Amino acid sequence: MILVGELSLWVALLMAAWAATVSFAGGQMRRADLIESGERAIYATLAMVVLASLGLWTALLTHDFSIRYVASYTSANLPKVYTITAFWGGQSGSLLFWALILSIYSAIALWTNRTRNRELMPYVTGTLALILVFFLATICLGSNPFERLDFIPADGRGLNPQLQNPGMAIHPPNLYLGYVGTSIPFAFAIAALLTRRLDAEWLAAVRRWALLAWFFNTVGIVLGMWWAYVELGWGGYWAWDPVENASLLPWLVNTAFLHSIMVQEKRGMLRKWNVTLVVSAFLLSIFGTFITRSGVISSVHSFAQSPVGKWFAAFLVLAIVVTAYLVSTRLQDLKSTAELESMISREAAFLYNNLVLVGIAFSVLWGTLFPIISEAVRGNKITVGPPFFNTVNIPLGLLLLLLTGIGPLIAWRRASVANLKRQFLIPVTSAATIGILVFALGVHNLAALLSYTFGALVLATIVQEFYKGVNARHHMYGESRAIALPRLIARNRRRYGGYIVHLGVVVVFAAFAGLAFKREFDLMLNAGDTKAVTDAWGHRWTFLSQGISRYNVLNREVTAIALDVTRDGKPAGVITSEKRQHVDSRGVPTFEPSTEVGIMGSFKQDVYVVLAGVRGADGAEIRVTFNPLVRWVWLGGALMALGGLVVMWPAADRQRAQSGYAAVLKPRPIGERVPDLVGA
Amino acid sequence: MKPRTKFLIGGALVIGTAGYLAASAIKDTGVYYLTPGELSAKTKVDPTFYETGVKVGARVVNGSIVRDPGGRQVAFKMTDGAQTYDVVYRGITPDTFTDGVDVVVEGRLGRDNTFRATTLLAKCASRYENAPEKYKNTPGYKQAEQRA
Repeated sequence: MILVGELSLWVALLMAAWAATVSFAGGQMRRADLIESGERAIYATLAMVVLASLGLWTALLTHDFSIRYVASYTSANLPKVYTITAFWGGQSGSLLFWALILSIYSAIALWTNRTRNRELMPYVTGTLALILVFFLATICLGSNPFERLDFIPADGRGLNPQLQNPGMAIHPPNLYLGYVGTSIPFAFAIAALLTRRLDAEWLAAVRRWALLAWFFNTVGIVLGMWWAYVELGWGGYWAWDPVENASLLPWLVNTAFLHSIMVQEKRGMLRKWNVTLVVSAFLLSIFGTFITRSGVISSVHSFAQSPVGKWFAAFLVLAIVVTAYLVSTRLQDLKSTAELESMISREAAFLYNNLVLVGIAFSVLWGTLFPIISEAVRGNKITVGPPFFNTVNIPLGLLLLLLTGIGPLIAWRRASVANLKRQFLIPVTSAATIGILVFALGVHNLAALLSYTFGALVLATIVQEFYKGVNARHHMYGESRAIALPRLIARNRRRYGGYIVHLGVVVVFAAFAGLAFKREFDLMLNAGDTKAVTDAWGHRWTFLSQGISRYNVLNREVTAIALDVTRDGKPAGVITSEKRQHVDSRGVPTFEPSTEVGIMGSFKQDVYVVLAGVRGADGAEIRVTFNPLVRWVWLGGALMALGGLVVMWPAADRQRAQSGYAAVLKPRPIGERVPDLVGA
Repeated sequence: MKPRTKFLIGGALVIGTAGYLAASAIKDTGVYYLTPGELSAKTKVDPTFYETGVKVGARVVNGSIVRDPGGRQVAFKMTDGAQTYDVVYRGITPDTFTDGVDVVVEGRLGRDNTFRATTLLAKCASRYENAPEKYKNTPGYKQAEQRA
């Protein structure tokens, strides 16, 4: 099976190369046989990549340590679930995983479009095949997961303990599903550019894919934050590390696209912009993969430096040149069919939303690349850290939040004064009330204050929209309000799903604002010692050390501390925090020690305890962090994902006609006989 | 004024603000990222590099780590081969901080040539790869080898 897998990688490469060649040729020569052969070659590539993946999984599960990848990332005593997820734990395996997802996506895209978009499809197939060729070539020639060692080690080195976490088992697949998901819209964009068929057709074909990519990207980022929070032990969930930034960039651009696409659908504007966003989302995904692997930008968490970086750089440059050429030669075909009519209109709000999102993306990209840029330009490597990103992105983020509240309230084309008064009265009043209330409660941090005020605006907007919709159904169809709500969402998933996403955004922003009230204490405790500290809410906490225990479990040696915790004099429970030294099956330490954070969570705040060091037999250095509202980050993330699901959920055809934006009435051809009902 | 023009002005305002924020934030928060050799060269040419916030990437000299038994202070030497500096750091050291690892310290170099670090990151290029050759020299590994 392992040999089969290795060989099928090469066959897959050949198949993908064949698919690329005949698809482009078939499209140019309008030869149906070639086009069909290209599509079949993609399905064959999928079969081969699946075989290769099964081969790697077989190797992992049978502990075949003669294979370098297996020996490097697993050990005989690694829990089975992490042996399976070790597939994407290392460089070459994760590349194969990319290729696997890409070939699955490609096959689905070809299958769902087998009777649609036929003019575009040869070029879509060709572009996807080219991306597959790149990945498969990188795997086969640069970083082959089936590479053999010239000896067979008795045991593997094991998986990095920080990756032995459920979050890390599911975070990368989600992120990859998101990254790779941008390939399909990219392929459609290239096809539309090549064929100059730049009308709404290609856009309709990619909307769902862009949404899918956005959904997985969101889930991937939130899971990544959660993993960093519970596993890395530095007390936060976002450090503006290059690798984190890399995952945020395509998300920002994709979010911009999902908004601007509505402007093109409704008003025929922003056509160049939309092509640019689709292409950028893909390029940024590749860029993200590139910087996590190349070692170009030093990151606290990155894969080892490897030659694969050069492959990615070359591919990135090639893709940028090709798309820049294509877009610049097709500007005529991308002319808008309408002009902006008023500054006070939905489309203007969307335009600003796009500007802000892209502005954030640019500043993040700029800050991430700044060490390289400054070294190239001035010869000095200058780095920027969280202060830079916070200074720039907090104002922009707040502006974005404000627009989230305003956008849905303004009419398309041109809003009247009466319309504005009617729509804004309740949201603005609520926002002002909440703002004053929060200020009175003692929140004087400007960013936090604005965050809650604008959050209230968005929240009131959403509630008002839902209320109006439910009421309209109640009066029109006589439905009870309890039935009207789910029906309202079901009949107009795109709109109300979008509002659910916005709700998630509000929750996440409110949680971010909580960071302003973070408190951190370093304590030194011997067994029996008690230390007291005060959190931002004014509660008094005491920590009593029960002492340090040392024991062995499964594949690790554990040093743990247990703390009796009281809050305002009342017992609050026990927090334990561990240091773990992982060992292989012979008891040999495999990695540096890792930290297991002790978290006592509530919706108000997390008490986050890290065992930083042990002094003597019973002295413990601990760091206690009071992290306000962290749970709301996960909750908001879940809401955003849920909203994404609602929007994506396939609607029945009958409902699709009702769902606003997507409704395109087919004109009846001139001269067609209207069916004569009476005569029949 | 046409709405389009108005929008462009507004857009320029947004982009301008973002650009201004980015530029000024870099000026205020950007720090030099140097190796000990480069830092030593800089201070020779321009003494203002003493007592200025910089980031230094270097390797911990084997056996140089001294932990203050009671407090949370740790002293060690860092080097890039060309120059070696004493480093003093107060705070919790990361799990990955051991002999021979690459560290990134942020802080100020005093005129006594001691680097006072305010942050300490231990970088291992292999964070997600696994224990590479360089850990072969760490005490944990040696101990493990003797046991095996």
